[in-house]
Amino acid sequence: MTRYFTEDHEWIEVDGDSATVGITHYAQSQLGDIVFAEVPAAGATLKKGCDAAVVESVKAASDVYAPVSGTVIEGNDALEGDPALVNSDPEGEGWFFKLTLSDSSELDSLMNAAAYQAFVDGL
Amino acid sequence: MSEEDDFELEPIEILELPLDAWHRAKGARMVEFAGYHMPIQYEGIIAEHLWTRENAGLFDVSHMGQLMLTGDGAAKALEALVPGDISALNEGKMRYSLLLAEDGGVLDDMMITAVPMGLYVVVNGAVKWDDMGYLREYLPDEITINNMEDRALLALQGPKAVDALKRVVTGVDRLYFMEAGSFFWGPKTDPEPLWISRSGYTGEDGFEISVPATHARALADQLCAQPEVKAIGLGARDSLRLEAGLPLYGHDMTPDVEPVAANAAFAISKRRRTEGGFAGSDRILNALANGPARKLVGLSVEGKMPVREGAPIFAGDAQVGVITSGGFGPSVGAPVAMGYVDAGHNTIGMALEAEVRGKRVSIAVANLPFIPHHYHRKGASL
Repeated sequence: MTRYFTEDHEWIEVDGDSATVGITHYAQSQLGDIVFAEVPAAGATLKKGCDAAVVESVKAASDVYAPVSGTVIEGNDALEGDPALVNSDPEGEGWFFKLTLSDSSELDSLMNAAAYQAFVDGL
Repeated sequence: MSEEDDFELEPIEILELPLDAWHRAKGARMVEFAGYHMPIQYEGIIAEHLWTRENAGLFDVSHMGQLMLTGDGAAKALEALVPGDISALNEGKMRYSLLLAEDGGVLDDMMITAVPMGLYVVVNGAVKWDDMGYLREYLPDEITINNMEDRALLALQGPKAVDALKRVVTGVDRLYFMEAGSFFWGPKTDPEPLWISRSGYTGEDGFEISVPATHARALADQLCAQPEVKAIGLGARDSLRLEAGLPLYGHDMTPDVEPVAANAAFAISKRRRTEGGFAGSDRILNALANGPARKLVGLSVEGKMPVREGAPIFAGDAQVGVITSGGFGPSVGAPVAMGYVDAGHNTIGMALEAEVRGKRVSIAVANLPFIPHHYHRKGASL
């Protein structure tokens, strides 16, 4: 399994032709207390770079973009009851959705962990 | 990810307040607000909010304008621009009031205190320069307007604020809600006078302390050394005031609304209701007599999704209002909102819908405040 990152602070962990998507630890730390998350429904078609989910902190709503194109397998239902999972375990239990990739070449434009760390350090 | 709405529009030049370095040393995340770098949060908005409701929170509100109006007849002159009975204010008493445009629209909300020199007026940071220009234009030349830029303003809010502050400043516990006075602080050999009022913007008991900017850091340090006190950011200030049903100028109140629509009829004093004679008084007294066409109300929200500023409000297919403040209420444990709703749809309990990202959310007109006020009122049983 390989994990990639976007400049919009999403992570995507790829396992064959499916993948899990969430927001990074850096993203949750910038947002602060998460009070609501809206995840896409199974079967939804996502286009790379377009709105895929919404995450709301006390003070603002933010979009989560699809790091790659694909079809949603499932959204993380646990976030409905416990949106603070995005704060406590953003790169684990606080994932947003799983999808089937429609074009794995889209991964080529994403960053690996080291490149993302360097990107965050430069912010 | 991207932020859909920023906390405030970014001005051209961002200024530093006296406690800038103090906030950064405490690990605050700084944002631009009202033209200044301000702390939005330290450890987290929910924790800071709940701490303030249970203990005491220290807020730096030095971005607000502290004005001193002096000169014979200052109170009478100001009454041409505000609907409160300012002439009747005794020394050390304060009143919430509204700065009115010629058409009765609300230019700002403010606290006016009668002090030995004249009137001490605290106005919102985002519009303080406009306020000063407007006051200068409309007040007679013999009234002097002094912008006390050499003073910082700290708010200590929460049920334990009095315990903490009276340890630092002797005698403050004699004040009741909406009273103010001068108190000495510091070494007996070289005490510093502070201007302290028992007031605030959280719905809790608390104080606002005007301190010379040069001494702000020492006072903030001493207050934060008290076990009841933590530094609290603007994020919690916003969620606290929203739960308390207190309007945020520029959002819940604008020049487009008059005070009755803005749910601030209480700020129109009895004498002024009969005498009129303030900017926009015909329009405002008409709204008072006949009811406003729309009104600012509290709105409870079903479910967990916050309903935020700008969301349209519907009764069936018809839009009947708009959300002006909304978010998650940490003490309520659910989303809360305020907004303007048309007459006929704004009675308590009225079921409505708000539209968020193309979806309808059930909301209902609710009593304000969402969390009861805990002011230290004179004559109250507690």
